[in-house]
Amino acid sequence: MLQGISSEAFVLGCSAIGASISMLAGMGGALGQGYAAGKACEAVGRQPEAQGDITRTMVLGMAMTETNAIYGLVVAIILLFVRPLLAGL
Amino acid sequence: MEIAIIFKGKEIIISETVISLLIIAIFLIIFALIVNFKVKKAKTGEAPTGLVNIIELCVEMVDGMVRDNIGEKHMSMSPFILTLITVIGVSNISGLFGLTPPTGDYGITLTIALIVFFVNQISHVMSVGGIFKYLKSFTKPNVIMTPINIISEIANPISMSFRLFGNILSGMLITGLLYGALGYFAPLVTPLHLYFDIFVGLLQAYIFTMLAMMFIGSSVSE
Repeated sequence: MLQGISSEAFVLGCSAIGASISMLAGMGGALGQGYAAGKACEAVGRQPEAQGDITRTMVLGMAMTETNAIYGLVVAIILLFVRPLLAGL
Repeated sequence: MEIAIIFKGKEIIISETVISLLIIAIFLIIFALIVNFKVKKAKTGEAPTGLVNIIELCVEMVDGMVRDNIGEKHMSMSPFILTLITVIGVSNISGLFGLTPPTGDYGITLTIALIVFFVNQISHVMSVGGIFKYLKSFTKPNVIMTPINIISEIANPISMSFRLFGNILSGMLITGLLYGALGYFAPLVTPLHLYFDIFVGLLQAYIFTMLAMMFIGSSVSE
């Protein structure tokens, strides 16, 4: 069944599939950031004078939780461009 | 474009991002000399105008942030924090001026994060007073917490460097791919530079500096 595929092509194909599965880590990041934005909107509605402070805090918190989604991106980029699995062939 | 120096038969390669970091450093040094010249010429009896006004605004802002996060006793950290935010901010924006952003290279962001890590640990040693007390502070709540404390100290520079590297590299990749994919309609994509280069670049520089200040503040205030 796998007769026509060279082993290098197989490893590259599996790297591509692995890279796209690793990008699913963005889902959790987006959910968390949307929740934080919702809470910030509620807080602004409750006290509109503090809008500047609330916006700054929300942006800071969002950039912290974005890190986990970025880890997934870095793994995908390493799999696609550095191709470390070819070295083990 | 890389520079390759051939030295006694072996080749030393200086990569693109290191060259743009050197260009940014030379530009910032010339800018600092110009500001120095203008500040010396300014009259202290009147309100500042022009370039001196903007620079005083920035220095006062950073002084306020250092006072809030680190404390009044350690205001000598303020030039270091101002250098950090200026270098990282200008490096992130430098994609707009034709250079390859140096922070798009993991080696450079890891170096900056390790610099902050060493400043952190050494100011901790100096504020606790001696290396043995510093080693004892890892067993602070309980001896069982020692591996957790060590891991949380080591995870800080790794996560800071990855955050900066991932944000800048993803901006570079997405704009590069869009320019390549659209062909003749490429100028339609140019407004994206407003988000990816300017907003993300300045925000990530600010967040890196805020995190560095919070870590230094928590390690000198014990």
